[in-house]
Amino acid sequence: MRGMVTKLGRAVLGAVLAAGPVLTGQALAAEKLKVGFVYVGPVADFGYSYQHDLSRKALAAAMPDTVETTFLENVPEADSERSIEKLARSGAGLVFTTSFGFMEPTLKVARKFPKVKFAHATGYKRSDNVATYSARFYEGRYVCGKIAGTLSKSGTVGYIASFPIPEVVSGINAFMLGAQSVNPNIKIKIVWVNTWFDPGKEAEAAKALLAQGADILTQHTDSAAPLQEAEKQGKLAFGQSSDQIRFAPKAQLTSITDDWDGYVIAQAKAVRDGTWKSGDTWGGIKDGMVVLAPFTNMPDDVKAMAEATKTAIADGTLHPFAGPVVKQDGTIAVEKGETAPDPMILGMNWYVKGIDDTLTR
Amino acid sequence: MTLDIVQMVLVTVLAAATPLILAGIGELVAERSGVLNLGVEGMMIFGAAVSFAVAMQTGSTVLGALGGAGAGLALAALFGILTVGLAANQVASGLSLTILGLGLSGLVGAGYVGIKRDPAPHLAIPGLTDLPGVGRLLFGQDAFVYTAVALVAAVSWFLWRTRAGLTLRAIGDDPVATHALGLKVRRVRFLAVLFGGACAGLGGAYLALAYTPFWSPGMTAGRGWIALALVVFASWRPLRVAVGALLFGGATVLQLHAQAAGLGVPGQLLSALPYLATILALVLLSLGRRQGGSLAPAALGRVFTPSR
Amino acid sequence: MRLDLVPRTRRSAVLDILSPALAFVAAVIVGGLAVAALGVSPGAAFVTYFVAPLSEVWSLQEIALKAAPLALIASGLAFCYRANVWNIGAEGQFVAGGLAGGWVGVATHGMGGLPWVLPAMLVAGTLAGAAYAMIPAVLKVRLHVSEILTSLMLVYVAQLLLDYMVRGPLRDPAGYNFPQSVGFDAAARLPYLMEGETLHAGVLVAVLAVGLATVVLARTLFGFEVRVVGVSPRAARFAGFSEARLTLAVFAISGGAAGLAGIVEVAGKIGQLQPEISPGYGFTAIIVAFLGRLSPPGILVAALVIALTTIGGEGAQIDLKLPLDLTRAFQGLLLGLVLGADVFAGYHVRIVPGGPSGRTTS
Repeated sequence: MRGMVTKLGRAVLGAVLAAGPVLTGQALAAEKLKVGFVYVGPVADFGYSYQHDLSRKALAAAMPDTVETTFLENVPEADSERSIEKLARSGAGLVFTTSFGFMEPTLKVARKFPKVKFAHATGYKRSDNVATYSARFYEGRYVCGKIAGTLSKSGTVGYIASFPIPEVVSGINAFMLGAQSVNPNIKIKIVWVNTWFDPGKEAEAAKALLAQGADILTQHTDSAAPLQEAEKQGKLAFGQSSDQIRFAPKAQLTSITDDWDGYVIAQAKAVRDGTWKSGDTWGGIKDGMVVLAPFTNMPDDVKAMAEATKTAIADGTLHPFAGPVVKQDGTIAVEKGETAPDPMILGMNWYVKGIDDTLTR
Repeated sequence: MTLDIVQMVLVTVLAAATPLILAGIGELVAERSGVLNLGVEGMMIFGAAVSFAVAMQTGSTVLGALGGAGAGLALAALFGILTVGLAANQVASGLSLTILGLGLSGLVGAGYVGIKRDPAPHLAIPGLTDLPGVGRLLFGQDAFVYTAVALVAAVSWFLWRTRAGLTLRAIGDDPVATHALGLKVRRVRFLAVLFGGACAGLGGAYLALAYTPFWSPGMTAGRGWIALALVVFASWRPLRVAVGALLFGGATVLQLHAQAAGLGVPGQLLSALPYLATILALVLLSLGRRQGGSLAPAALGRVFTPSR
Repeated sequence: MRLDLVPRTRRSAVLDILSPALAFVAAVIVGGLAVAALGVSPGAAFVTYFVAPLSEVWSLQEIALKAAPLALIASGLAFCYRANVWNIGAEGQFVAGGLAGGWVGVATHGMGGLPWVLPAMLVAGTLAGAAYAMIPAVLKVRLHVSEILTSLMLVYVAQLLLDYMVRGPLRDPAGYNFPQSVGFDAAARLPYLMEGETLHAGVLVAVLAVGLATVVLARTLFGFEVRVVGVSPRAARFAGFSEARLTLAVFAISGGAAGLAGIVEVAGKIGQLQPEISPGYGFTAIIVAFLGRLSPPGILVAALVIALTTIGGEGAQIDLKLPLDLTRAFQGLLLGLVLGADVFAGYHVRIVPGGPSGRTTS
């Protein structure tokens, strides 16, 4: 009995001692800027959330004496307000909420904590202390489309898509336009898996597309399963969100990687300097936010063409949505000589001509 | 559609059906002995996580598969102690095991998300595997598929052609009478539950080692529940479990094929098809039976406490 | 050696109250061992999980907010489970209610704050949940189809229906085609109960529901029917209670409760329709129902305990880097231990030594 009491006493003491450094630590940490990150998926998805976490690590490495980082992963969008508020309450001065579904909760918590700055990825609503940021993924898609159009022997490419939101649809369209620029008769087959990350479903979709004659796959989902499937069947594919070459050394042509490092570090610096302002940042290849993994598994002339396309987009001489762009129903979305304005790309909910599927609205 | 495309589609259907067959056949045995195990989903996913971890640590798919089966068996043992030993409510106990299994799978699998290993090897018999049209389908599968087929045959034989199987079925119908005859009701039920858990774990191992060579959280995606429905749909007969699994696996996979082929049906409706099909199948089954009679083991789900 | 269960002549009242508490302690001990195996101090983990959330007004509110839908749904489920009717589809009924009530909110958007909007939403949600639950109920009563499977399959169907509606007919036209409805007017939101914009009136709805359920179960003829049918279906039949009518009634009650919880969550916390409106409340409520021993006051306590551990788990993820799966495993383990411990209240458990056949009489 006495043994139990002393054990209990030790446990309580231990708890108090464990809490102690946290309490005193907070006094010291008042000098360090606490930066929090909220991820919708697991950091180890080697895709979208993984890339956001890389930016967190880059921040921690770039500003070790002035910044302290923390993160929450696997936060369901329906229940995210509490997690975001918890970060704000635990003393964070800057919070990155990295999924579209966090938009309203971020705004709500931001209202309650006007002194904390928030940056919301892939959203469109801002406030005085909520900024938004995203990457022009469609630029990368155009380059991939051009590569696919050149290399596809069957004339059919497969697209594993997640959800019919504008970001994904504009990606499909850009990919198709890129492919059509070298092969006007290219065909595309699209499968919607209704998830961002589900290797099983993604593999099933890949199998279905390959069985139906697609010989190059691309995806807007986060796992390496489609690449794996392509490698298994001797076909080619594009990776997503991060460089997934090690999953499919013989199949990956390139991968569209999100590089948030620069933006995250700039935001943290701005908060520390007191110069932070809300606004929207939508960077592409030029700003280093969209990075294409090294071009592999393709002949040198295709590689050169891909590099040239990439450079042209970066320096502005080539725009993926340069007119004429014709919608599936025949109407002209962008006139010859013009380029699609940002709001059109942000709200894109139609397919370009040449895609036979009906877009589920 | 050429023969090759047909075969490739059938191969995907078979692959989708395999985890359902494995989990379903195990659950069939448990239910035939009178125990309703709602913990199948938890046992499956825990099996998937453990199988991947073991396979990564040892480099062996076989050891991984055994690890997965063992994991399912371990959870089933807990379930058996609760329901057979302590006569606790079977529905609630099953659910608690599902939640426990889901949580444990996440803990075990945490270090392995996104890591890939080589998928389980496929059979390759020179000459047979290359047969056009059926070669890959019949002779080019991995060991899990052949195990599933063998299990269906083995369970069929066991339940209807052995004395032990007859005992098990009798216990499922009337535990009181069989207990009075001196048969070890609780021991048989416990063993049946263990078998069911091991099969579910093996089904999970298939998902992580062969279906996709990855572990990812929640990867069973409700297959355990579909396996439960399968057993009812199959009227508790092993061969029908296999047929049902092909149908349900097919429904899941065919909606992807339909999309790839460009049919313009809303994605959500296609995704809902397997679940609606399950309900429809259950309704049709009930309509087809004569009034009142159920094909379920008569004592399924009821608590049994042997009195002196 | 075998385990013998001899029914007690009367359930031990002491153990009835003590066994869930003992189960809780046992679960905490096992959890502590698991945490130590993960390299974290069990004492620190205990404080983070169970003590820290109680130390701040804000997190107390969050506990109440999380417990409210759980208690509401579980109170409804108690009626079902007591009658041996296994409604596993509360999650789907939650979604159906949220969708229906939310549709009212979207339809009345911009109409200028009419006072009947919010009550209409709540009623719509409740009725939709009840109606959705009628599907498995009718299939069971007329065709003897297992309600476990049908109610569960319908969960997926409801989620997909919500997804379709939010991406299509109910999508906000000004929302850049993102899958969400327009944000509800203030008139279509549940009012906040105190400063801080966290605690909303949904908590009151839950408390009222628990009270109502307690009274109905304990003091009405219907409640008596429910309790008798569960314990002895034959006695119930002799007493003239119609099993079919009862099945329909308890499904309607639990479906309605889940649907009400759905619209409360949508109108209280979320404020619009989006593809995901539930972090699994319908399933967690099943645990809560059993943890609370199918009695509404117990359910209220169990809901608070589960909410506490969930919020503590989130804190543990930030402060101690403990994964959320640990909380889930803990909750599953807790339920299992409660179920096991419950046996001791109804039976004398004896370990009888003997041969492998274990029979002391032949």
